[in-house]
Amino acid sequence: MSPFGAAIRAAARDTRGRAGLTFLSLLLLLALLAPAVLPDPAAQPDPLGASNLPPSLLHPFGTDPLSRDLLSRVVTGARVSLAVAFLAVALSITLGALVGVAAGYLGDTVDTALMRLVDGALAIPRLFLLLLVLAVWERVPVLMLVVFIGTTGWFGTSRLVRAEVLRIREESFIRAAEALGARRRRIIFRHLLPNAVGPLLVAATLGVGDVILVEAGLSFLGLGVQPPTPSWGGMILDAKSVLVTAPWNAIFPGLAILGTVLSANLVSDALRDAVDPGSA
Amino acid sequence: MGLWLARRAVQAIITFVIALTLLFVLMRLAPGDPVQRLEGERPMSPQEIARLRQRFGVDQPIGRQYRLFLGGVARGDLGTSIEYNRPVTALLRERLPATILLGGTVILVNFTLGMWLGVRQAQRRGSAEDRLLTAVSLAGHAMPSFWLALILAWLVGVRLRWLPSAGLSDPLLGAAAPIAVRALDVAAHLVLPALTLILVTLAGTMRFQRGAMLEVLRLPYIVTARAKGVTEVLVTWRHAWRNAVFPMVTLLGLWLPLLVTGSVFVEAVFAWPGLGSLAAAAAGNRDYPLLMGVAILSGGLLVGSSLLADLAYAALDPRVRLS
Repeated sequence: MSPFGAAIRAAARDTRGRAGLTFLSLLLLLALLAPAVLPDPAAQPDPLGASNLPPSLLHPFGTDPLSRDLLSRVVTGARVSLAVAFLAVALSITLGALVGVAAGYLGDTVDTALMRLVDGALAIPRLFLLLLVLAVWERVPVLMLVVFIGTTGWFGTSRLVRAEVLRIREESFIRAAEALGARRRRIIFRHLLPNAVGPLLVAATLGVGDVILVEAGLSFLGLGVQPPTPSWGGMILDAKSVLVTAPWNAIFPGLAILGTVLSANLVSDALRDAVDPGSA
Repeated sequence: MGLWLARRAVQAIITFVIALTLLFVLMRLAPGDPVQRLEGERPMSPQEIARLRQRFGVDQPIGRQYRLFLGGVARGDLGTSIEYNRPVTALLRERLPATILLGGTVILVNFTLGMWLGVRQAQRRGSAEDRLLTAVSLAGHAMPSFWLALILAWLVGVRLRWLPSAGLSDPLLGAAAPIAVRALDVAAHLVLPALTLILVTLAGTMRFQRGAMLEVLRLPYIVTARAKGVTEVLVTWRHAWRNAVFPMVTLLGLWLPLLVTGSVFVEAVFAWPGLGSLAAAAAGNRDYPLLMGVAILSGGLLVGSSLLADLAYAALDPRVRLS
């Protein structure tokens, strides 16, 4: 079995991991099937009469100021938030793994230079880096946002991978591969990276939660996902002005964020205990 | 010790300069230069453009711009805010007191409560209380702070009318009011923003303390102490916790910058007049010199406070100095 499959199985054996994985799978399924199952959030027969309706059987989450069904909006928002999170994390994990392996395996000057760079980058909070970039670049499309979030999220991962590589590098199977004349590239991709999959998966699941919070925060400040594309953070921003009369506009997108981030963190916890049983 | 200290300080300075370089590169990676971006907002005459280019220093070659930037930071000159047309440092200084008040309260409560709860959890590892505390703190950790802030402002501030939910003080309360009344007023305004931040940050402290405590509790000297008949309270606090408090110093070092740069989201929601809401407004106005100022300040603080944490660690634990 692949190390990836083994890790998922290990996480699913744990109660917390199972709960998190179940919630995330259901959300993913709903997000993918949403257009077929739920009413189109934009199409409303009576745009004015149905605005800000409280939750009811017809609209389980109520309706927003523009008469759109909030449940449909939250589910559509899930598509955006999950897509941004998965893509950005994939990018930052890849960058972190590559930099970490380069630093740990090549050592010397490369190691010093890369780790100094990481130290410097970690000194500025990620939120400020992103705010700065988004303030300088105007009108950022979603894909660009993914690139920005992904490229500001790999610093910690690279340190983690480096430490793992330093540990594995001295093991006899690596020595044996080197003695057999294996090329550097083969050693890195065949021997080093597969053995660092555990910590990488822990970092990735934790990263999903972080990115969802970061994206929601940026969208809440009006700098992330731009309307009319629905995002959970953007929906809470819109809800601010009607908070007193129609609080459900803010409550449900927030619960969606809470559930998703909590699930990702639970899976991450379960994975970490499976990878490193000593820390429980 | 002296040599170790000097090396650690030089390292901190290098890290800060690298952070500044990254910020500089980040600004120059964007399409166009600052003046072109301003030009998009309103039409300007060629003379005006030339004057602005000179003022922002973008008419200079890039290497010189970089040197000017580093020199400015070294002298404490962070440039001029576009929105307010005032020196960035003056704006930062104005907003500092409110953020220190909020951040200081949060760190104080977070660490006292977090360490106490973390130790309790470690003592009762695996019990219902341990699991409940873990669940509650994880939920807090997964909450978007701006959302929790809005919900608390709506529920406690607007619906129940128990506490004020905007600003630092009641504007109707004049300077003539007695000092005690004014202090109480500020304290009432402080409750909701502080509570929000404590709820979302407590999990980290608790977890860290619980983990550090568990590490120590399995050591042989604890078994010896128990075998000698030392009471559980003394074993926990005098024997175990004394050794489990060192890692918390490092954590505190990571938290200290919050004292100054504050929380962007919570300050923005509660209109708390600190550096966090200043940064949020600057991002909205695309006032990047101001944002840059906040980022530089927080970078400097993070580097400085982790250096301080290392020093404190070395002072508390002789093993660090010897290795």
